[in-house]
Order: sequence, then structure tokens, then C-alpha cells
Amino acid sequence: MVAHARRDHPDEACGILAGPEGSDEPQRIIEMLNAARSPTYYQFDATEWNVVYREMSGKDEEPVVIYHSHTATEPYPSRTDIARAGEYAQFLAPPHYVLIGTRDPDRHELRSYRILDGEVTEEPVEVVPG
Amino acid sequence: MAVTVSIPTILRTHTGGEKQVSAQGATLAEVIDHLEANHGGLKSRLVKEGTLHRFVNVYVNDEDVRFSGGLAASIADGDNVTILPAVAGG
Repeated sequence: MVAHARRDHPDEACGILAGPEGSDEPQRIIEMLNAARSPTYYQFDATEWNVVYREMSGKDEEPVVIYHSHTATEPYPSRTDIARAGEYAQFLAPPHYVLIGTRDPDRHELRSYRILDGEVTEEPVEVVPG
Repeated sequence: MAVTVSIPTILRTHTGGEKQVSAQGATLAEVIDHLEANHGGLKSRLVKEGTLHRFVNVYVNDEDVRFSGGLAASIADGDNVTILPAVAGG
């Protein structure tokens, strides 16, 4: 996720950590195109998202984490992030939202949140061996 | 025209837990009306004031219907319809 965010800087990068449905266990990364190609906004490419979702669905997987980068600001969910998370949760199980901050070229920031009913709660991140 | 509609996890409360349901219609609008008749509550999640919700993606097979007429998109027998949220943020 950090490497992807660095590669796409100064545009925002976005993607998925997929895992078995209901497991809450992220197992593999799927780097998505940012169709907005913007330093302040990200949007999954609609066609790619359909292909990736069908592949996950066929394996009984779901997005456990949805990540994106903030390239000039704090890695904290923006008002837009919170609004879109609310809409997403009407369709698919609310994921963990990981934000990667790349404003400092030498030191990345990586933080994880739940966004439920418009309320943001930060959660600890534990890195385990793959 | 009989089609298969893939239902995203949270909306399965409207389909008795079914991941896929069948529906009928010659256009996407007709398919959604048919879905609503059998699985009440789905339509309002997809359609607002006669157009698709801005942050819902509906696909007929591989095609995002935004590029093929939206609710007027034509449907052929055996098509697969997929409903997904748009994923975006700032």
C-alpha cells in the first residue's frame, strides 16, 4: 500500500485488501486505478471495479480494507471520505479504511479507521508476517 | 427477457439472503420494477427521482449503464446485472 501510494504521488492512490467474506482478515492486495487521477480525489475505475468485484465474489472474498492516500494533508478521513463511506455501507459490508500519508518524502504515515454512521474511529494497525 | 441480478451483501436483506436473483424486463428500469415487485425496498436504494443514484454503479454484463442509457439501457435474455457502490473519496 505504501509503495503504491509512493508510486502514484502526487496523485492519490487507491486499492483493496481482499479477504474471505466475514473473516475480517486481509489476505491480498489489489491495486486499483484512480480514475480521477487527482491529487485531491480518488475514484475506482467503474469497469475495473466490476471485474475485480466479480472475481472476489467468485472466490467468496470481499474488500476487508479499502485504502487510499492523502498526498498533501493529514491521513484522516475527509468529509468526502465520510460521505462516500456512508453510501458504500448501504451496499457492502463496511470495510476498514486505511489512509496513507505521503506528504513527507522520507516518512510515510499509515492509519486505519472505521467509518460507521458518519462517525470516524481510529484503530490500531498491526503488521504481521505474510 | 430473463436476467440474473447479483445483489451486494447489505441489500440481501431484501432478497432473503440470496446472492443472485432472477428478474424480467426489456430495459433496466423494467428489471428494477420487477425486482421491486418481488423484493420490496430495493428500488429506493437504486433510483432517486427517476434516475440512478449518483453513487451506485449498475452494470449489464461488462458495461457500466451510465454509458449505455442508464435506466433506459436495453436488456437481453441471459444478461447479468451487477449492482455495486461507487468507491470514491477525497
